[in-house]
This record gives sequence, structure tokens and C-alpha cells, in this order.
Amino acid sequence: MVERSRTWLAANAFLAILRRDLVVTGREIVPFFLQALMQPLFFLFIFGKVLPGIGLASGNFGALMIPGIVALTGMIAAIQGVTLPLVLDLGFAREIDDRLLSPLPVWLVAVEKVLFGAIRGTLASSVIFPLGWLILGSAYTVRTDRIGTLICMVVLTGCVGSTIGLLIGTVIRPEHISLMFTLIFTPLLFTGCTYYPWGALTNIRWFQVATLFNPLTYAAEGLRYSMVPPMGGHELRTLGLFWILIALGTSVIVTFVIGTRTFYKRVVS
Amino acid sequence: MQIYKLMASISVRNLIKRYSKSKTNAVDGVSFEVNPGEIFGLLGPNGAGKTTIIGVLTTAIIPTDGSASISGIDIAQDPIQVKRRIAVVPQQSNLDRSLRVREILTFHAAYHGVARKVREELADRLLDELGLGERKNEKVTRYSGGMAQRVMIARALMHSPDVLFLDEPTNNLDPQSRLFLWERIRALNAAGKTILLTSHDMDEADQLCHRIAIMDHGKILVNDTPAELKKLIPGGTVLEVRLSVPDASVASHLTVAFRAMPGVSKADEPTVEADSGISTFRIYGESVNTLVGPAAQAALSAGAQVRDLSVKQPSLEEVFIYMTGRHLR
Repeated sequence: MVERSRTWLAANAFLAILRRDLVVTGREIVPFFLQALMQPLFFLFIFGKVLPGIGLASGNFGALMIPGIVALTGMIAAIQGVTLPLVLDLGFAREIDDRLLSPLPVWLVAVEKVLFGAIRGTLASSVIFPLGWLILGSAYTVRTDRIGTLICMVVLTGCVGSTIGLLIGTVIRPEHISLMFTLIFTPLLFTGCTYYPWGALTNIRWFQVATLFNPLTYAAEGLRYSMVPPMGGHELRTLGLFWILIALGTSVIVTFVIGTRTFYKRVVS
Repeated sequence: MQIYKLMASISVRNLIKRYSKSKTNAVDGVSFEVNPGEIFGLLGPNGAGKTTIIGVLTTAIIPTDGSASISGIDIAQDPIQVKRRIAVVPQQSNLDRSLRVREILTFHAAYHGVARKVREELADRLLDELGLGERKNEKVTRYSGGMAQRVMIARALMHSPDVLFLDEPTNNLDPQSRLFLWERIRALNAAGKTILLTSHDMDEADQLCHRIAIMDHGKILVNDTPAELKKLIPGGTVLEVRLSVPDASVASHLTVAFRAMPGVSKADEPTVEADSGISTFRIYGESVNTLVGPAAQAALSAGAQVRDLSVKQPSLEEVFIYMTGRHLR
């Protein structure tokens, strides 16, 4: 047997497991994009095109909303990209065993799941830009001078989603998977400042405070900061970038630590 | 003169495992060693602790106390190097249903750092050898139980492990697949692999294993070669008496009577078949042939009807039943 260091073995196994996930996703690329993009497609069309068209929303609503759609799409794609496979992996057949028996520490298998979910989220988010450009037409206005922050926000949103996905996937039982959509996605969606800027909520103070407990709020606000161009010479007021980064970072760390622990408890007894 | 002892392939020392929320130890102070090139059988009724031991040896279960090592590498201290040297064929299929069969093998080897060219050639060769070459690009969901089992064997061999763990490998297999698997296990062993298998198929263990440990309630009761184990039956032979007994008091009266016969070393309480009501008594003795007459006599005089009398040579099953009792788990 060739002598290999533990580090070499673990790094190799990690990359091979990541490659396995990418191969499986690559084969399911059409269903993946359908799953990720159907909802944003209609949201963009109804809220960005139809409502302003019939005078129920102002013309710049599309510009305010598209960052929210990018955040929501990325986060949900990342959550689903971790939770759904994980529930199967940890289910009755224990398909994950082969990866757990690979020469790497168990927690790295969880890290791989998170990284993979973040890649999926980033990919899904990125597709919203050409999609928005196509659907919104002239109403598509995204500033390009904060592109660095934008990329950072898209990736961070994917990480927030995938660590939440790890936590949900290790806690939820397979028979309750459908509850996930009702109990997690719906509140996440409507309290996440997806369709309205946080600053506009000042008249409903309690709700404005409530949205601060949803990581999606910070992702959407961070993307608004990096995407919405100045309107009438005024910068859009968003949550402060510093607080956004603190909140998203905290969410990633807390859900990752708890998620990895529950993952470990599920696979090692 | 110095005597060198080969390093054991598997070494388990005073292993204890108590699951949280359990009041008893699933594995209760087990020690054994398996030498390189041995086929070692772990036998016991359901819940005896066999699968827990495999779990500990394959890093999936953390022992409460005690230690274990593979080829001298401590499992708790260096699980990564241990995982490189072992492979597991589990009771139920845990094959990756998202991959095609050939990919299951090549990805497994990739996880273990086997070079691409090597793993692709090896996968093709193993699939051909196991008669799966034609369907290697299908997903495993379309495979039968026996075929899935063969894929798991092939997968286990992809990274050339030193030690193979087979957890009830022939459970749920048809007789053809079972014989095929036995041949494979022998061939692997001949190629130098150390094998630990669990089973409750006594015939299987007898045929395959060089050494067998019989477990119950988390403890190893005996650990020896099949031939030596068979000598454990007191007296060596068993007389099985099947009777229609009028009522339970007669049955217990008969048990006492059988025990009192000269030359009897042990007589079990009878087991009763639910549908026919026939009671089966098992009488152990040095040469039970001489007991056939007296046993029949005792039965008749107690008012029981004799349905069947048979003398049995000890099989591993007799040893197993003798050691672990007849009650259901």
C-alpha cells in the first residue's frame, strides 16, 4: 500500500466527493434550473412587468425587487441543494456510508455538503441576472460599480443557505420533508425583505424588527446595496453593510456549527 | 531464540459499548484477535452485539470503553488510516442510487485515492468477473438484491483493503447467489484478505470460517475452530423427541423424567409448535442411541404420543442453540 499522509488522503477524498456531487448535478442540470428558476421567473414577470404595467406598482419596483429575487433564489437553491440529498443520504438506505468510510474526517463530509450547496446557490443566483435582463427589458437597472461587493454577497448568500440546509437536513425526518416548504420556505420568503426594502418598513415597526431575525433580510439588503443604482440622485438607504456582513457571518457560523454537530450525531453513534 | 508473533489484523480489547438511553451494554467487555489471512465468524442471535462490533471496527460507532485496532493502527487515534485498510459489505444495500453502477465503483476508488487509470480498469475487470459487465451503466435501482450484493462486494475491493467486513452477507440471497458469494469469499481469502463476517447461518459459518466466536447479550461465549466448538456439546450427540403431550404438567413431568435417565447430561424444556401442538424435547448425552428405547418408554407411560425420534450429530447449530438457548429475541 502506498504511504499517504492523512492530509493528502482527506483532501483527495474531499475533492472526489465534491466531484461526485457535481457529476450528479451536471446530469440533472435541466431539472435543477427548472426547480431553481421557475418561481423567480414568474415573480420577475408579475412584479417587474405586470404590476408596473397596470399601474399597481411604480416603474422602478423591478430595480428594487431584483436583488431580493437574487437573494431568495440563491438561498433556496442552496438550502434545497443540501437538505434534499442529505435527507436521502441519511435515510433508511444510508447511501452516505460509502463517503463516511472514505479516508477523511466525518466533519469534512459535512463541509463538502455546505460547499456544494453554496456552489448551487451561487449558480442559481447568477442566472437571475440574464433572466432579469430578458424579462424586465428597459426596467432592468443594475449598477456595476459595486461588482466586488455584489460577487461577495451572492457567494455569501449561497453559504448562508447551504449551512441552513445542513441544519434542516440533519434535523428533519424524511416523512416531514414536505413540511419544510410550509414551515420554512413560506415564512423565510415573506419576512425576508425580498419584495420590499427594509427601510420602507418604518411605518410597521414591529414587522421591521421581526424581519431582522431572518438572514434573508440581510442577504437581500446587501444585494440591494450592491445592485440598486442611485435614483433621482439619491442612494437607496439600506441596512449598513457592516451589520449585513456581521449578521450573515454569524448565521453561517452558528448554523454550520450546530448543523455539523447534528450531522455527526446522525452518522456516528 | 526469539519468537515473532504476527501483528493481528483485527484486535479488540475489553470493548464496551452502551448506547445512550440504553440500560444495558450492547457490547459488554469483548476481546478477540483475528490473524492475517483468517476468516473469522461472529455468530449470535439478533441483538447479540455483532453489528455494533462491526460498527466500532469500521469507525461508525465510538466505543464507551476499551480499544480496537486494525493492522496495529488504533481506531480511535487514526481513523483515516484505518478506513484506508478496511472495506465493509453491509446487511442492506447502501449503494449510491444517484450514480451508475460502474461509477459507484470508480468514485469509491477515487475517494480512496486510487489513480484514474487503475480504478477504471479494475472496475471493468471486477464487473466482468461478477457477471455485471453488460449492465454496468445502469443505475442500481434496476438491480436485483443478489446483483446489488455483488456490486457491494466489487465496491469493497476497489481500494484493495487488507480487511473485509461482511455483515450477514448472504441474508436475503437466493441459493445460487449464496454459493457464488461463498466462492468469492474463499477466493478473496486465498488472495490474502482477512475477513470478518457475521451470520446467523450456522452452515455458512461452518463452511467458511477458520474460527468462530459465538456471542450473546454483548459477550463472547466461546471462540474456537468449528471442529472444537462441536465438541462443546455435552456428550456429543442429541436425541430429539417430538411428542403430542396431553397437557403442560405432563410435559414438565417428562422433562424431569428425561433428565433422570442414566447417561443424560442435559435435557431442555420442550418447545411447542403453535399450529400442531407438538412438543420437541432435546436430550443431550454421550451416546443417545441407547436412550431411544427408554425415552420412548417414558413418553408412552406418561400418556404422550410419540411423533418422531431422531438422533442428531452435533452441528454448529446445535452448539449455537446449546450456548444461547432457544427463546426468541
